[in-house]
Amino acid sequence: MNEALQLILFLVLLAVLSPLLGKYMAKVFMGDKHIMTPVFGWLEKLVYRLSGIKSEEEMNWKTYMYGVLIFNLFGFLLLFLLQIFQVYLPLNTEKLPNVSWHLAFNTAMSFTTNTNWQSYSGENTLSYLVQMLGLTVQNFVSAATGIAVVLALIRGLTRKTTDALGNFWADMTRSVIYVLLPLSIILTIALVGQGAVQTFSHYVKATTLQGSEQVIPLGPAASQIAIKQLGTNGGGFFGANSSHPFENPTPLSNFLELLSIIIISAGLVFTFGYYMKSKGQARAIFITMFILFAVGIAVSLWAEYSHNNVLNVSGAMEGKETRFGVMNSVLWSVTTTATSNGSVNAMQDSLSPLSGLVAMFNIMLGEIIFGGVGSGLYGMIIFIILTVFIAGLMVGRTPEYLGKKIEAFEMKMAILAVLAPSIVIKLFSAIACLVPAGLAGLNNAGPHGLSEILYAFSSAAGNNGSAFAGLNTNSVFYNLMMGSGMLIGRFGIIVPVMAIAGSMARKKVTPVSSGTFRTDNWLFVMLLISVILIVGGLTFFPPLALGPIVEHSLMHLGVTF
Amino acid sequence: MNQLFTREIAVQALKDSFIKLKPGVLVKNPVIFIVAIGALMTTAVVCADIFNSHFSNFNFQITLWLWFTVLFANFAEAVAEGRGKAQADSLRKSRTQTKARKLVHNKEELVLANDLRKGDVVICDAGEIIPADGDVIDGIASVDESAITGESAPVIRESGGDRCAVTGGTKVISDRIIIKVTSEPGFTFLDRMIALVEGAKRKKTPNEIALIILLSGLTIIFLLVVVALPAYFDYSLKASGVSANHNLTLPVLISLLVCLIPTTIGGLLSAIGISGMDRLLRKNVIATSGKAIEAAGDTDVLLLDKTGTITLGNRMATEFIPAEGFTKEQLADAAQLASLADETPEGRSIVVLAKEQFNIRAREMQALDTEFVPFTAQTAMSGLDLKNNDGQLRSIRKGSFSAIKKFIENNNGFFPKNVEEIVSDLSHQGATPLVVAENNQVLGVIHLKDIVKGGIKQRFAQLRMMGIRTIMITGDNQQTAAAIAAEAGVDDFLAEAKPEDKLSRIREEQANGHLVGMIGDGTNDAPALAQADVGLAMNTGTQAAREAGNMVDLDSNPTKLIEVVETGKQLLMTRGALTTFSIANDVAKYFAIIPAIATFLYVTSSGVSPLGVLNIMKLTSPESAILSAVIFNALIIVALIPLALRGVKYRPVSANRVLALNILIYGIGGIIVPFIGIKLIDMLLVSIHLI
Repeated sequence: MNEALQLILFLVLLAVLSPLLGKYMAKVFMGDKHIMTPVFGWLEKLVYRLSGIKSEEEMNWKTYMYGVLIFNLFGFLLLFLLQIFQVYLPLNTEKLPNVSWHLAFNTAMSFTTNTNWQSYSGENTLSYLVQMLGLTVQNFVSAATGIAVVLALIRGLTRKTTDALGNFWADMTRSVIYVLLPLSIILTIALVGQGAVQTFSHYVKATTLQGSEQVIPLGPAASQIAIKQLGTNGGGFFGANSSHPFENPTPLSNFLELLSIIIISAGLVFTFGYYMKSKGQARAIFITMFILFAVGIAVSLWAEYSHNNVLNVSGAMEGKETRFGVMNSVLWSVTTTATSNGSVNAMQDSLSPLSGLVAMFNIMLGEIIFGGVGSGLYGMIIFIILTVFIAGLMVGRTPEYLGKKIEAFEMKMAILAVLAPSIVIKLFSAIACLVPAGLAGLNNAGPHGLSEILYAFSSAAGNNGSAFAGLNTNSVFYNLMMGSGMLIGRFGIIVPVMAIAGSMARKKVTPVSSGTFRTDNWLFVMLLISVILIVGGLTFFPPLALGPIVEHSLMHLGVTF
Repeated sequence: MNQLFTREIAVQALKDSFIKLKPGVLVKNPVIFIVAIGALMTTAVVCADIFNSHFSNFNFQITLWLWFTVLFANFAEAVAEGRGKAQADSLRKSRTQTKARKLVHNKEELVLANDLRKGDVVICDAGEIIPADGDVIDGIASVDESAITGESAPVIRESGGDRCAVTGGTKVISDRIIIKVTSEPGFTFLDRMIALVEGAKRKKTPNEIALIILLSGLTIIFLLVVVALPAYFDYSLKASGVSANHNLTLPVLISLLVCLIPTTIGGLLSAIGISGMDRLLRKNVIATSGKAIEAAGDTDVLLLDKTGTITLGNRMATEFIPAEGFTKEQLADAAQLASLADETPEGRSIVVLAKEQFNIRAREMQALDTEFVPFTAQTAMSGLDLKNNDGQLRSIRKGSFSAIKKFIENNNGFFPKNVEEIVSDLSHQGATPLVVAENNQVLGVIHLKDIVKGGIKQRFAQLRMMGIRTIMITGDNQQTAAAIAAEAGVDDFLAEAKPEDKLSRIREEQANGHLVGMIGDGTNDAPALAQADVGLAMNTGTQAAREAGNMVDLDSNPTKLIEVVETGKQLLMTRGALTTFSIANDVAKYFAIIPAIATFLYVTSSGVSPLGVLNIMKLTSPESAILSAVIFNALIIVALIPLALRGVKYRPVSANRVLALNILIYGIGGIIVPFIGIKLIDMLLVSIHLI
């Protein structure tokens, strides 16, 4: 009963807090005065003065996009170099060796693309400097990049006959200073209060009851964890990620982290609403996400709790943290895969086949059920464009969204954005199934092995970062394939999204009339869900059938893997 | 008109379906092109089978049905084109080799009509065919335009004014006209019409292009699914201990691909476009491009001329209202005199009313010393000056309130207060007051009434529900316009409108994001017709107007604009409905094929196939399942040809209701129908032992 209450509380808080946060973010990005202006306003001005950013100068889509690309390229290079030279750099208290080139490539790509896939185990591989200057910084700016891109798209959709999409540098600065930083500070303090570690001390050596010696890794974890969750990053300070007691000590910390994973992505939907000056439009998007999210939770809970007659268990506990229990593990897995967070508090590998399927399916849909910070919303808008195009014709007008005509160019870009992750998931995983290097990493046999491979590439393409585990990916093959998968999955969407933003901004707006295809009612929500499931989801039906579905079916026949 | 196509069209279309197998033609339709490539590959597999002497009945049947799929799609397009061609042929008959009498330095020369160039001048006498499109520069004639309009009543064409355009291929019935040619050979109105009707030069419309991009994108996504599948299979075969040569065969993979890609809409897309044009033509409207029809569907503001569209033809005199001190009869008498020379319908109606009410007959005017004063735009009045028997000059005028007031004041008269009140009363009612004056006295007012067409109010209400705003254009003053606008139920009106006002109103609406449709005929309408998103020119209009618009209404019926909009909407709805249907179909096809190909994977020691649960249709065997899906996929194209040609049912209701209804039929229906269809085909195949 307690678990049901927690779940309901979580969903209620999500529905109540996200409009509030959305409104606050709208104020921030529209340049209005808000509660944080007196606190951090000086910092924003200082950043502008030091860097020479002219925040009022708006950019067209190409300039804005070059800003995104150059900034991220620079971030990638810095992170890559920090890793391969970490021995020569300070704050390497444990004298960890330089990181191999392919692992460094994978990790750098992973953190710049907001994926935070970890082929390594943080405490054994990276120095404090890399963790803080590299990873933590990227945790902030990769999330801010997502926000900046979706802001450009929002402006493109809501302005008319203009080239101006805002200033990339100002958007980045504001999202870090006014959104990510304040929330991180609050969450860090809360987590430290719950017992998460935050220190520069050496690892601690302890003697266990058996008398053997154990090294207990420490570090400035709490601050990184805060942004890892808020920025839908998900890369843990420790290898065990959010199941590690130093990252996630108590049920309360678990609850807070869950909420912070989803809140910014959900809030941005309402920010969009403020830009559109229409709460109804935003609500339709939110409800669409919410329904998909809730159904995912329901299916997973059913899969975990339903009694398996053959194995004679219900509420399977394998791979789950006893501190949190089944419900919180399931909620975490759905939340973290629906958003592109990817942190784990239980082993996805041990989920029952159907909840594993839900997790994988969430990612395959393109990380649009709330999704990554910013990226979730722009991914969803791509699906909205597809839905409007397919169904909009049925009202007898050429398709339009928010009064703007969807024409050949937007269609081309939307298709590119849908294709990019699809290519990675299908082709890359197919390659991995065929080459020895791909199969070498597998720990599990049968359909579960296929699930692991599928999951890994879905995670890369969706910039999720969570792993089904059971697959050793620290090899040249996986590091390179996954790294390029993340790259395609991130910028293969960002570039077309920016192009759509640019072309939509230039269009005129057709005023709403009773002849308009409405995008703010239940009918549209249902349509959008259908298009997401049929166009986005159904194409993964064949591999899912050969992975988790067959596994589920076999489990009921008494065969497990 | 109920018959969709005749035997001849069907036979010709059958032939054309094979002719259209040419790669150059096929490649224009990416989805069907992929099917053709697939069919070619399975044909190669069947040939190899025969060569290796292990013929596979399954592969053969799959191949057959894949070719059928391509042919059915070709057939759909050919039928649509055939219907257009049948109409084009009747047009072409009038374009037989005519000779033209060309004027060169005032001397006649006999040349071939095809050799006429723009700017040449030709003579046409009664009984001759007009050799090319042109403007009448001298003379007046009655012309039989039935060749292009189907309307047998001859029309008058004369130099100058708005009725000077003649069309090549039409026939002069009486008199003689001199025509200046306005088109180059091969680009005449008739030539363009034939080309458009036949669909020979049919360009893809913007929305069609965007839709093809979507369909191609989906095709690529499904191609990825199919390309990756053997790899997953390879893994799964190893994992379940089945030998690797059980991997998916090429015909099975191609079947899956063909079933998943949107062949239904892909095959019917161009048929929908052509038949949209065709439907418009059956309403006697020719669009110069498919783009114009699409724009018609998008139109949300219609500029409608009051006269002819909203009101019946012309205003009629219904009442004589005398000023104080005059009788009705005195007024009627003067009004009749002022209208005797007035050939306008209004003028005639005054004469008729005078006769009806007071039995005032037409008088022989030549006997009197009279001078008629015709209507001019400057004076805004007409009438006559005549000498009485006693030699006194009578200046009788009828005209608008302001014109007569000026006239009276110039004659040092006084405009009575009560007449002013009558005038404003009538204006408020939406009527047109025509003031009659003699010398410096106002005799009274003629009540000219506009008769609003029956049913037009309901029509506008429907348009409003569809989100279309109507704007009435009239030369009437504000008050009159407002009253008629209220009576007819238009949303807005433009009173005292000059042609420039139309143009600026269109620009203003467009700047606010609206798409504007208008109808026009005169040369001074040309700029507005060109500016409008849908410019429907009347065939009776000038050449300039016909060139400027993107549609021509052969009937010259102003109400046509509304039908044009409806046809445009129907075209777009049909496209959307079939796209939705096509995509929704995929759900069933996955459930037919995926369990079929995966039955032997991970079979337990007790022989249970774990993926058998996905076979929710309980199809007999893997082969029958795949074949049924492929057959359904091919047959559905044929089954939907009538829908593509006729268009989905059009209902004048709000977008939301149309959408809900169409989703119910084509979305939900699109999910359910293939489940039933595939199951039935499976049962049939098994019962007649085809598999």
